[in-house]
Amino acid sequence: MLIETLMAVTLVAALVVFITPEAYAPQVAFVLSLLPLAGGLWLWSGFDGSGNALLGGNVAFESQFQWIALEPYAINWHVGLDGVSLPLLLLTTVLVPLAILSAWTPIEERVSQFYGLILFLETGLLGVFTALDFFVWFVFWEAVLIPMYLLIGVWGGPRRKYAAIKFFVYSQVGSLVMFIGFVALLFGLGDSVSSFGMAEITQALHAGELSGLGAVGAETLALFSFIAIFFGFAVKVPIFPVHTWLPDAHVEAPTPVSVLLAGVLLKMGTYALLRFNFTMLYDVAITLAVPIAAFGVVSVIYGALLALAQQDLKRIVAYSSISSMGYVILGLVAFTVYGIGGATFQMVAHGLISGLMFMAVGVIYNATHTRMVGDISGIADRMPITVGILVAAAFGYMGLPLMAGFAGEFLIFLGAFQSTVLPGAPVFTAIAMFGIVIVAGYLLFAMQRTLFGPYRLDTDYDVGRAPLHDVAPLFVLIGLIIVLGVDPDVFFTMIQDAVDPVVELGGGA
Amino acid sequence: MVTEASTWIALAPAVVLAVLSMVLFLVDSIDPDSDDSTVLAGLSLVGVLVSLTVAGWFLLAGVGQPDGLALLGDQLVVDGTSLFFTLIVTSVTAMVIVSSYDYLIGQPHQGEFYSLVVLAATGMVLMAHANSLITVFISLELSSLSSFALVAFLKRNRGSVEAGLKYFLIGALSSAIFVYGISLVYATTGSMQLDAVAAGVSETENVGVLGFGVLMLVGGFAYKTASVPFHFWAPEAYEGAPTPVSAFISSASKAAGFVVAFRVFIEAFPLDAMAALGIDWVLIFQVLAVLTMILGNFAAAMQENVKRMLAYSSVGHAGYVLIGLAALGGGQDSLVLGAAMMHLFVYGFMNTGAFLFIALAEHWGVGRTFEDYNGLWRRAPVACVAVTVFMFSLAGLPIGGGFLTKYVLFSAAVGAGFWWLAAVGALTSALSLFYYSRLVRAIWIEDPVTEFEMADQPLGLYVGILTAAIVTVALLPGFFPVVDAAQTAAASLLA
Repeated sequence: MLIETLMAVTLVAALVVFITPEAYAPQVAFVLSLLPLAGGLWLWSGFDGSGNALLGGNVAFESQFQWIALEPYAINWHVGLDGVSLPLLLLTTVLVPLAILSAWTPIEERVSQFYGLILFLETGLLGVFTALDFFVWFVFWEAVLIPMYLLIGVWGGPRRKYAAIKFFVYSQVGSLVMFIGFVALLFGLGDSVSSFGMAEITQALHAGELSGLGAVGAETLALFSFIAIFFGFAVKVPIFPVHTWLPDAHVEAPTPVSVLLAGVLLKMGTYALLRFNFTMLYDVAITLAVPIAAFGVVSVIYGALLALAQQDLKRIVAYSSISSMGYVILGLVAFTVYGIGGATFQMVAHGLISGLMFMAVGVIYNATHTRMVGDISGIADRMPITVGILVAAAFGYMGLPLMAGFAGEFLIFLGAFQSTVLPGAPVFTAIAMFGIVIVAGYLLFAMQRTLFGPYRLDTDYDVGRAPLHDVAPLFVLIGLIIVLGVDPDVFFTMIQDAVDPVVELGGGA
Repeated sequence: MVTEASTWIALAPAVVLAVLSMVLFLVDSIDPDSDDSTVLAGLSLVGVLVSLTVAGWFLLAGVGQPDGLALLGDQLVVDGTSLFFTLIVTSVTAMVIVSSYDYLIGQPHQGEFYSLVVLAATGMVLMAHANSLITVFISLELSSLSSFALVAFLKRNRGSVEAGLKYFLIGALSSAIFVYGISLVYATTGSMQLDAVAAGVSETENVGVLGFGVLMLVGGFAYKTASVPFHFWAPEAYEGAPTPVSAFISSASKAAGFVVAFRVFIEAFPLDAMAALGIDWVLIFQVLAVLTMILGNFAAAMQENVKRMLAYSSVGHAGYVLIGLAALGGGQDSLVLGAAMMHLFVYGFMNTGAFLFIALAEHWGVGRTFEDYNGLWRRAPVACVAVTVFMFSLAGLPIGGGFLTKYVLFSAAVGAGFWWLAAVGALTSALSLFYYSRLVRAIWIEDPVTEFEMADQPLGLYVGILTAAIVTVALLPGFFPVVDAAQTAAASLLA
């Protein structure tokens, strides 16, 4: 019941913060958000999972009981952790307190509601990464949308309403298509499954129990379901060409919301792709390996090129997320240990690095009230610590060794290069690797113009050192990024253990 | 075998309500000119809650299950279905009564108001019990006549009176159609009793006349449940009526209309026998379901007035419930029918809650359009959280029971082979998110344009809204008892 307790504590914390007087809300929210973090670390210390939760592995902290005994498909409450979900759960519990700290300066109105919604969002995210029953998982998946919609719509920038609705509509359409695809699959399985249990459905699919639905044959059904589900998650990741909601959402969202959006919400998409498309329907994924890899590589290059063209620091970071998530797609479709394992590792690494980038840009914005590359210049002298960390984070993004990003990208390239299921794997990998050059290019170019050179910012604000509560989360994150970069095995052994069974499905080792 | 006299006790939920309405008149006659309704509202609430508790207790104890207790010469029946719908009606009535207390402050004739509400509820509960066309008609008229008066209750308000008049005229017309339908069915089958009608159906020679009668009955039900093509009274009546009454007729009265439709069509006109005659009433309901879903949701999306938006969305929800009848005969009958009942149960809370929120806003003098609700969270954060729950749950997001019932309903339809019904349902549901989230956006995201004086925080309305919100949310994790009861009820109806 530890996972349930963790969710309940987070939810109660959200309610408490919601009714806390505005004056104390930031502090109360921060302290309460440490509880899920402590809970996450506690789960980690007692983690005894092995193998993949969907493929008969030993699931840690598993709890399952009947929820709705409905014919023909029972809905059970089923949660647990394996080596793929635990790192993402930890990522969530770490980023939320840091995001809350980074909100102290920019969030000035409706403070209690803001932090309450952040914690409500965290509850949903914890559910997404621990649920092992499709229905339970879907409830949490959708529950994440509501706080995000309000967080962008209420506290965002000038075009916040447009951005919030665009986010909501894109996500909702994606969810609906995905849901229909999945339910069609379930109907195709007929009597061979009796519940929404993800492990049960996976096993039935692997056992070849899928029969047709109506006039549609089994293979076509699997293909269409795969595409519907893939589409739903592609919106979330986001993959080109359904990525257009992301820059709008990021630019309008306040810093802490951007941190969680890039840091955790996008990972919901890749996590779900791994669970559903690449584990449950691995054979279709292998059949479609080339187009999927193509979408991934196009996202890498296109995202990077778009980032190159931006003038807004935040937009640069936002587009670079599309690029980084493209690597994850490439790693997943490779079906090698380093490919899928590296992709999973990259989810965490990108979560930390993009979170850090958004926070650092946020701190600069708090001081200068502009994010335009053309306006800011030479702030390195005024805010040396922030600038130092931003440069470090940029190097992390470029894949500098001993930082988490290097480990993730290196593993992905290694894994993708060796792939046996992806025809022309070396070509795809080589093109994707070119993305790194563009990333280095636009980040260095932007850094050089904004951080260094002569100070010529025309503003009434006193640009100086940021307060401690703004800088502290940056230190924590850069520390974690270096720890993960120096010793990737902190997570990678656990991840490898959970993705090995998936790789075996693809015939790899 | 229990004697007839002692089985009467099974009618206790209805009897309590009937007696209560009389007692309310009596109490009111002590001081008819008083406009302080504490005693009346309190008494009504206690009485309705007693009826609710007894119905719940009977349902748990399995009274009348699985075969049903026939009473008063088979005129009334007590079974899982009737008790399940009694629960829906009394729950909604209780919330409406609690909320009316504040809404009616300063209005004359409060004794009559509460008596009429309870009398209408009695009629609705009797509709759930009715086992013959004649009791169906009488209980339907009891609830309708009380509702006409309730809609026109604010008799110095032109909107209210006009709404009452329209509601009455269309109601009278559909009653006439309905009773004419009954007479045709009687003429061809020689009976009013539902099971006797079923027996007579296969022996009739006047198939055309019977078919005409069935069609007229469908019209009567379409009116009562605000389904297309007899839906056009609903937005007018809901908008003009005192808002707690709108909540009452859009939730409880609709549920009562559906229970009669379920019982009459399933028991009196068995699918196989009717199909053998060439009267395919499932097809009629399929057409109605699709039209109602599409028309209700599209019309709702075009409204600028929040109350009318809710009224049209209520038409849309009638379309979803119609799937319960439209997807029969696909081999998943009890699941489909049970799903429709579940949806009515959850709908009873979320829709009542939504209308009560509008009542709260009216109490404060907030205007009628979406813009008038801009920034309302500043004044009433708690009620605004509740209405957010209602809106998203009505739209089918997993924040309340509405998500589960829609899922069960649509997947049951797919399972029965009517995937196109589910597809229309899913698409119109997706559309509904647009207009439901519009209210959420106005309340939380937009900045207020108009200022208004917020006089007080009416306790009764808050109790009603919060009860509805808490139950709506609690029905997500605690959905199983509803599934269980609805499935049993549906199975007993189909047996």
